[in-house]
Amino acid sequence: MSKTKGVVIGVNGNMATIEVSGPVIMNEVGYIVLPETKTRLKSEVIRIRGSRCQMQVFESTRDVAYGNEVEFTGELLVAELGPGLLGQIYDGLQNPLPELAEEAGYFLQRGIYLAPLNIEKKWDFKASLKVGDTVTAGDYIGSVPENSFDHKIMVPFQMQGSYTIKSIKESGSFTIRETIAEITDERGESYPLTLSFYWPVKRAVTNYTEKVKPVEPMITKIRIIDTFLPVSKGGTFCTPGPFGAGKTVLQQQMSRNSDVDVVIIAACGERAGEVVETLKEFPELTDPKTGRSLMERTIIICNTSSMPVAAREASVYTAVTLAEYYRQMGLDVLMLADSTSRWAQAMREMSGRLEEIPGEEAFPAYLESTIAGFYERAGAVKLKNGSIGTITIGGAVSPAGGNFEEPVTQATLKVVGNFLGLSRERSDARKYPAIHPVDSWSKYEGIINPEAVAFARRILYRGIEIEQMMKVVGEEGTSDDDYLLYLKGEFFDAVYLQQNGFDPADASVTPERQQYVFNHVIDILASGMQFPTKEESRNQFNRLRMKFLDWNGTMWQTPEFEQREKEVVSMVKEMADGSYLAGSEFLKRGN
Amino acid sequence: MTKVYNRIENITGSVIAVNATGVKNEELAIVTTRFGKSLAQVTKIDGERVSLQVFAGGRGISTDDEVRFLGRTMRVAASESMLGRIFDGSGTARDAGPEIEENQVSIGGPSFNPARRIIPKNMIRTGIPMIDLFNTLVVSQKLPIFSSSGEPYNELLARIAMQAEVDIIVLGGMGLKYDDYLYFKETLEDGGALTRTVMFVHTASDPTVECLMVPDMSLAVAEEFAMKGKNVLVLLTDMTNFADAMKELAITQEQVPSNRGYPGDLYSQLASRYEKAVDIEGENGGSITILAVTTMPGDDVTHPVPDNTGYITEGQFYLKGGRIEPFGSLSRLKQQVNGTTRKDHRTLMDAMIKLYAAYKDTAEKKSMGFNMSAWDEKLLQYGALFEKQMMDLNINISLEDALDRGWEILATCFAKEETGIKTDLIAEFWPKGM
Repeated sequence: MSKTKGVVIGVNGNMATIEVSGPVIMNEVGYIVLPETKTRLKSEVIRIRGSRCQMQVFESTRDVAYGNEVEFTGELLVAELGPGLLGQIYDGLQNPLPELAEEAGYFLQRGIYLAPLNIEKKWDFKASLKVGDTVTAGDYIGSVPENSFDHKIMVPFQMQGSYTIKSIKESGSFTIRETIAEITDERGESYPLTLSFYWPVKRAVTNYTEKVKPVEPMITKIRIIDTFLPVSKGGTFCTPGPFGAGKTVLQQQMSRNSDVDVVIIAACGERAGEVVETLKEFPELTDPKTGRSLMERTIIICNTSSMPVAAREASVYTAVTLAEYYRQMGLDVLMLADSTSRWAQAMREMSGRLEEIPGEEAFPAYLESTIAGFYERAGAVKLKNGSIGTITIGGAVSPAGGNFEEPVTQATLKVVGNFLGLSRERSDARKYPAIHPVDSWSKYEGIINPEAVAFARRILYRGIEIEQMMKVVGEEGTSDDDYLLYLKGEFFDAVYLQQNGFDPADASVTPERQQYVFNHVIDILASGMQFPTKEESRNQFNRLRMKFLDWNGTMWQTPEFEQREKEVVSMVKEMADGSYLAGSEFLKRGN
Repeated sequence: MTKVYNRIENITGSVIAVNATGVKNEELAIVTTRFGKSLAQVTKIDGERVSLQVFAGGRGISTDDEVRFLGRTMRVAASESMLGRIFDGSGTARDAGPEIEENQVSIGGPSFNPARRIIPKNMIRTGIPMIDLFNTLVVSQKLPIFSSSGEPYNELLARIAMQAEVDIIVLGGMGLKYDDYLYFKETLEDGGALTRTVMFVHTASDPTVECLMVPDMSLAVAEEFAMKGKNVLVLLTDMTNFADAMKELAITQEQVPSNRGYPGDLYSQLASRYEKAVDIEGENGGSITILAVTTMPGDDVTHPVPDNTGYITEGQFYLKGGRIEPFGSLSRLKQQVNGTTRKDHRTLMDAMIKLYAAYKDTAEKKSMGFNMSAWDEKLLQYGALFEKQMMDLNINISLEDALDRGWEILATCFAKEETGIKTDLIAEFWPKGM
């Protein structure tokens, strides 16, 4: 606790102005104390001018009055890191919501701050180092089992310089508050270590050797992503889209199916109902990787739209800090933020209250650098022990009016490696996932031969061009070759890029199956075909599409799967004339 | 401990400033002018200077008028005796009845703990086939009615108020034309629904600040009833007026506008109201469902108010040409309930909409002068029947009757295999002898 005291001299919405008596730290946390109820309102210093500072209050400022006392903590806004984070549901300030409900009932009551981790639970600690070993920040000193993996116990990230282990418990059961080791610095001063420690959420954790290029694909089991618009482990992607285009559904699918160790969901300023679906469904679902409940690899940070705005801003940082903590154990972490627009709006609100000069659409001038700083916390890093840990960040963006020209989308597009643009046009046509295959792009490498993907993409583009042209000149004015390309583009979109999220077989497709099926698709796209009339070619493709969709609906490598495959193959044989399109030479090299 | 001040420093629009100490944020005061008394609420404290929004507006306030602080925030009475009564935006009676003082609750209270929410699973029957059959309203859902001026949205709300199977209706009117206010009052009285209704009405001629209070008051009352196990339906009209009132006051207070003059916190402000919709677990748990008219200025859905609303709510109804449009209208929660109503519900819903879409194409072809095939003629017949017997807002039939009627329309127009419905459902539900 800092000795500095302050008094409130102004309130404007969720911002308070404080007159302080001593030193204050930028982004320091303080509490405004309401004299009658002794309620303490958590706040953060966001601007200092002379002896006055301005604080954003993480709670409703109702009843705050001139002259209310303010206690400063001398600490920045921190997250507690330790075993027991997985499976938790937190608000933006890392308050566990189920425990909060036990304490306060149905409604969120302000001024109640609970310990993020269970302080009574005992963990079986096993040391991996011994007395006399030298350690630096981030080194593993031992581990405790947490769900399916060994949760590494690390030297707190903020410990600067090197230390010697003075004592360490070899093994035993401990709570997160019990001392398990003591380390001494060069001057002989000793520090106790526990299973958990704190880290300021707005600072990136940098205890690694170097950042490396994200290369390994992160499998989402969504075909249009894995094949066509891949995401790498350690990469960044954004999913902008108008309301109703399926941003949240897409994020939910990714949080279920992605091939990572830990998933952190930051529900930031969105509907509470959607979080509830995740909350109630995840414990019932199994993680295909470990066979355990999906909730055991998930942490939910939930600051929905009606919860205080300042905490919404903090929630994104809290989430990414937890992601960094698990990355330091050499794990693959996926962090999903829904929606970053709400986070940006929270910044805009605060900027307005600070009377800063507004930028475009009244967003603050530092919007771009703040968004960039956030996405830069993603990445694949080489840890000091040589292993690789990754954080993949995916942010939903909710552009005003569905227009991607607005500042948040544009600032995001500058810094992400993958853009999955959702379109109203596609969602209205019930083409799900409504990711627009032409507008979207990815800078990462996927699971399929890039030459083959490029070929398919060319056919798709050309097909869409022809479709546009046909709207003007009609089917009669289109050549047979062009018409065939148009049908092929449509076919590719319908059987491969679209996916039926409600079908048990089609909802999540393994990379092996994607590769297998894609080879067949390429074969169809590359085959020369002749039909007597346009009508006939359309009918043939409609039939083929039905057969292919039936095939998509069968379970991988079952007799039924093979049966349907045979039907597709024999029909393709009938349709093809044996020639191959220009540009498909890669097929000869065995694709 | 009430504090009284007799010197008003600034008056800008409906915002006044006094030099005062010990005043709490959001505290209420009473301003006494030569024209009467008005409530005022603290919106900003800057040192000793306290800014207040005067509910009755700034007109006629003198710099030496009295400001008396009440030491409490805005509250509203919430009790059974409010049923059948009409109040204004500051909670005083608009009808001839007595003022109600019992069970005062704070408005704009904290939000519901997401960990305590449940997945909604019950439908609300409204007797309107376009809702019950095609876009089912679900308990705890929040849905806007997107509409443009001139559309009969208030008539629709009044119908829903009379027909919906809920325990209590709370109706919040913002910027209502006086005629509309009278319309609501008379329709509910005549229909016998007034006895289960509480109304908070701000008419267009009332002070702007009171408009801002209406949703909070309505929802605070609804919350109180819901906590006592009642299923409450909150009807709000028109949320665009609410947003415009917010804009007016934000600009008066020199806030930096973000988009088309609306304040930067428009989304959060709307969300904090809509998110009050909730289904409370347990036998004694009630619920709040919100239906809110949002008129789209210039019929433009990308206007900030409908746009922000769309991101908050769970779907939307489009009211166009006096009918609920089947395309564009969406109840995001309907999947939670329409699987358990009757087994033909989902299939019939999809089949009828697909055929109606085909009818639309045909109607377009016809208007361009193309020849109509036999199939086209069938579609035209179907479209006309569908619009007359399903889409008309005056229809009031149960979901089961609506489903039966749907089968009849199909049987009148089409052969069995033309409907694209699975054979087993046809065998069970196709009208006998057709």
